[in-house]
Amino acid sequence: MFRSHVMICGGTGCTSSGSDKISAVFEAEIAKAGLDQEVKVVRTGCFGLCALGPIVVIYPEGSFYSRVNPDDVPEIVNEHLLKGRPVTRLLYDETVAENTVKSLDETDFYKKQKRIALRNCGVINPENIEEYIAFDGYAALGKVLTEMKPEDVIQTILDSGLRGRGGGGFPTGVKWKLAAGNPSDQKYVCCNADEGDPGAFMDRSVLEGDPHVVIEAMAIAGYAIGATKGYVYVRAEYPIAVHRLQIAINQAREIGLLGKNIFESGFDFDLEIKLGAGAFVCGEETALMTSIEGNRGEPRPRPPFPAVKGLFAKPTILNNVETYANIPQIILKGSEWFSSMGTEKSKGTKVFALGGKIKNTGLVEIPMGTTLREIVEEIGGGIPGGKKFKAAQTGGPSGGCIPASLIDTPIDYDNLIAIGSMMGSGGLIVMDEDTCMVDIAKFFLEFTVDESCGKCTPCRVGTKRLLELLNKITSGNGEMEDLDKIEELAAFVKANSLCGLGQTAPNPILSTMRYFRDEYVEHIVDKKCKAGVCKSLLQYSIDPVKCKGCTLCSRVCPAGAISGTVKNPHTIDTSKCIKCGACMDRCKFGAISKG
Amino acid sequence: MRRFSTVPFKGTPAQEAELKAWLEEHKSMPGAAMPALQKAQEIYGYLPIEVQRIVADALGKPLEEIYGISTFYSQFSLTPKGQYKISVCLGTACYVKGSGKIYETIEKKLGIKGGECTADGKFSLDACRCIGACGLAPVMTINDDVYGRLTGDELDDILAKY
Repeated sequence: MFRSHVMICGGTGCTSSGSDKISAVFEAEIAKAGLDQEVKVVRTGCFGLCALGPIVVIYPEGSFYSRVNPDDVPEIVNEHLLKGRPVTRLLYDETVAENTVKSLDETDFYKKQKRIALRNCGVINPENIEEYIAFDGYAALGKVLTEMKPEDVIQTILDSGLRGRGGGGFPTGVKWKLAAGNPSDQKYVCCNADEGDPGAFMDRSVLEGDPHVVIEAMAIAGYAIGATKGYVYVRAEYPIAVHRLQIAINQAREIGLLGKNIFESGFDFDLEIKLGAGAFVCGEETALMTSIEGNRGEPRPRPPFPAVKGLFAKPTILNNVETYANIPQIILKGSEWFSSMGTEKSKGTKVFALGGKIKNTGLVEIPMGTTLREIVEEIGGGIPGGKKFKAAQTGGPSGGCIPASLIDTPIDYDNLIAIGSMMGSGGLIVMDEDTCMVDIAKFFLEFTVDESCGKCTPCRVGTKRLLELLNKITSGNGEMEDLDKIEELAAFVKANSLCGLGQTAPNPILSTMRYFRDEYVEHIVDKKCKAGVCKSLLQYSIDPVKCKGCTLCSRVCPAGAISGTVKNPHTIDTSKCIKCGACMDRCKFGAISKG
Repeated sequence: MRRFSTVPFKGTPAQEAELKAWLEEHKSMPGAAMPALQKAQEIYGYLPIEVQRIVADALGKPLEEIYGISTFYSQFSLTPKGQYKISVCLGTACYVKGSGKIYETIEKKLGIKGGECTADGKFSLDACRCIGACGLAPVMTINDDVYGRLTGDELDDILAKY
């Protein structure tokens, strides 16, 4: 028995900022203080509040240490672990109240969250199957195999109202039922962990922090549809996730939770990891299966749907990591428990990756129906630097921007579609007034042009033409009729592309045109970019009153565009200026402005 | 755009033996081509056409099919990379926080464009899509080292470490 547990985040974010070193120093210092029989150091998965990493939480108090530096560790060991006095100087400031230390559940960031998919992340050691089992792990699989018929399992998932967390929001139970109804000598269960949506990292965090939940859920799915083999298709760019998942699979095999005759039930199931190689389109289900087969990951027309003819031409179901992470809890606690959360048509919770111009970047899991305002202002802690909220982007390259006027929209699948965005995999990027919406649309279009697989013409050529039109606008050559052309072409690409990538590729343009049309007009008519992002439209100038003539700007200018003499105001020759912004970064008097 | 490398192929017999041994063991696995190319890139650092031919021959597939796969996925590189591979994340979260400017600054400092390698073979620069460390945005990696919360001022110090 240990009297204290030191939980150190071992997710990608905190590992990037040196949490493995912190872990080593903790081990050494604890041994030095003679506490190694009393205090246990655990590397966990992601706590979610990545902005404050590296994160260390000490139980039983639940003291939340943020931005821990290896040099701080001896003090934490000597004061907190040895003498029982938390080092308030190093605690997350929100948890420090007068004379008392609050636990992290009471902070604004965690208070409104409801962790189901992430319930074990930051709580258990993901590399130890026994810790997962201690938290009811594999109990759902046991229940399913010993007490339930496959059709009962499917009925439970149907009743729960669970919808796919990967993007489209298709009801999971319906998918399973279709696959179960197609007899075949071999069926497959696949997991989509090819999280290609830039800015989303919940699937990675689940795999890193709680890999067994995915294994358990896939085995349940296998039993429900009659499959004995599963594949997890995961991005090669996620080395920690791949490593932990492999450990988890090996451990599950060792104790007979994967393999032959699981729980003496006669049910066989085994899993294999397949590494992706960096192609966004492989997040589309048919493309992902083509890729597992070892080919170019191009989508194929549907029907036939994967439930009829999927991987290796056999009936297959494919679900996303976060979807699977909900399954064992639904089996154990029942469909009514799950469907009591959320909105009418979107049940349960959703994990969002908060990023961009927001204080508390990280992962949050909230009940469906939480408003964007609650996410941004309360959980996210608002916009840093006193800037104003301009928009939130959800759904990545398939989604759209939600403007400030719709900040009170309850977030669920159908509301997001209605306002021209989509849930997507759950990236939520916050933008402030320094973000140019035309540039953002262009950013996503560049992404889809790059990632379009080229199989169908509307997507391959259409997205490219759309990007050219946007480039024309941001370079100052736009005409008003370009906006009509964009709308017409965007509608065509949406209607005629083969797969979800092309069908949703125009969404970032359409939604920004819908809510920020004035910015497009400003770029076209006034040739101005208010946010100061589109380079061709910028003009740098020096305020002669503020300029002290220190000559710093003229020395850093790579183009020799700034002239002036010492102690006299300088000027910029706009014909020579390459708009690199070096002068503005360097000026100590705030005399240089762009606009 | 993918370009063929003008650097002469310098594979060693030991590398070839390692790859062939792997291929021999795995050639009957369903969907072997992708793992094979991943293994080949791990051994050689990139996928020159000579290496793709070895893979094609061992798997009994036409070279065009292997080439089709190696050019489809962004992880595969047909050109050699530098000793230190710099990747700047241009995912949304990083982009909104100014990683585009970090990328341009490194291009200027190294005198190369994205996708290229410095003449001495020391650094290569690429843009990458989200590595999932969005909480640390903007982020770049040099081989396995991750640098987050970049402002641009620290780039000289970081590059000097290599």
